[in-house]
Amino acid sequence: MNVLTMQDVRKSFGSLEVLKGISLTVGEGEAVSVIGPSGSGKSTLLRCATLLETMDGGLLAYGNDFAATMDAEGKSVYADKAALRRIKSRFGLVFQQFNLFPHYTVLKNVTDAPLTVQRRERGEVRELALSLLEKMGLADKADAYPCQLSGGQQQRVAIARALALRPDILFFDEPTSALDPELTGEVLKVIRDLAEEKMTMVIVTHEMAFARAVSDRVIFMDGGVIVEQGDPEQVLGDPAQERTRRFLRSYQT
Amino acid sequence: MTVSAMLTLLVQGFGKSLEIFTLTLLGSLPLGLLVMFGRRSRVAPLRWLVKLFISVMRGTPLMLQLMVVYYGPFLLFDFTPPGNWRFGAVIVGFVINYAAYFAEIYRAGYESIPVGQFEAAQVLGYTGAQSFGRILLPQMIRRVLPPVTNEVITLVKDTSLASVIGTVEMFTRAKQIVASPNTPGMLALAAAGLFYYVFNYIVAFAMERAERSLAYYQ
Repeated sequence: MNVLTMQDVRKSFGSLEVLKGISLTVGEGEAVSVIGPSGSGKSTLLRCATLLETMDGGLLAYGNDFAATMDAEGKSVYADKAALRRIKSRFGLVFQQFNLFPHYTVLKNVTDAPLTVQRRERGEVRELALSLLEKMGLADKADAYPCQLSGGQQQRVAIARALALRPDILFFDEPTSALDPELTGEVLKVIRDLAEEKMTMVIVTHEMAFARAVSDRVIFMDGGVIVEQGDPEQVLGDPAQERTRRFLRSYQT
Repeated sequence: MTVSAMLTLLVQGFGKSLEIFTLTLLGSLPLGLLVMFGRRSRVAPLRWLVKLFISVMRGTPLMLQLMVVYYGPFLLFDFTPPGNWRFGAVIVGFVINYAAYFAEIYRAGYESIPVGQFEAAQVLGYTGAQSFGRILLPQMIRRVLPPVTNEVITLVKDTSLASVIGTVEMFTRAKQIVASPNTPGMLALAAAGLFYYVFNYIVAFAMERAERSLAYYQ
């Protein structure tokens, strides 16, 4: 079964149609990169998938949990609040700006949602959080506050925070765009490790080499539609569409 | 009148001022939060009503508001509130006036929290109440502490306005002493001023400590 199913997703802001009927499925253990120019709708797609934006039309499901179904005209009909809350535990989102909670220590950033939202057992959550921080190379930072960390470290805490909820799928919204090149590498390495462990992921990124190296599939979006998708070598190395080729050329110069 | 008799009168008055100060803060600090929610409500009529309330509270003298609260029930409804309404009216008047100011301070603090904090809490699955109590309120408190300190200091001095409806607090006492024959009038005024000043010094010191205790993060 697909971890994520989005079907015919439409979204407008006022008269501006940002998503013009996008369909996307992500299978278990699959790493999908979404690339495209600014304003192509890739971030909006991620925000619709993570319930930060309300879709105008289309279907959204995690496994067989439907966050939104379509009525006869294709308009989105969202599930009730309780169902949506349950569904939120099935995915995690890593923001471009990290968005750690500044008043919590690193450890509390990671443990608070599992304890408060999922009401899991304290000892288990703490153990998982510490092992996640260790995996992120931040074992010694558990008691630090976010402001004491570099951007790259903050982003790795944010990844640990998302993973602590044990999601089925992890979304990344340009996870390295706010980092200088030196710090980008450490975050990309963590994501690559997750891909090797077969974590299901959707990554919106501008890092073409990275997308090529870690993804099972690359999606190129422009103007609110998926222009082309497929094997990373093919989409990035030998794109079928002229629009894709033009976009990739801008990265080589 | 001896100096010690004068000081005794002032200290009694100061006790009343302190009572007004404490009760006003206990009432207006939480009420301000409610007013802020009303001001930010999605229900337009409620929002307008609260906006009008804030506008009137800020736009008219507190002294006038105290008189309206005190005399209003008699003048409008020929109704005499039970108990010590003189003091009740002082507290009601101060609480609603300060709640209006606190609400606007809170709102400024709340709205200056980066939208990413709201979104992170939302994505992690916090309920509205959880994300307010755990994520947003602590950050808001830190942001509003300096302007709240300003208001609290103003409140210490504003307690003197209670004299307008005959509540005998420190300022009223000082006035009475000055008006009586054979009293050290100038000394009474100076002593009252010193009381206000020292009390505000303590308030400012305490608030600064509070600010510092919240400065462990950026």
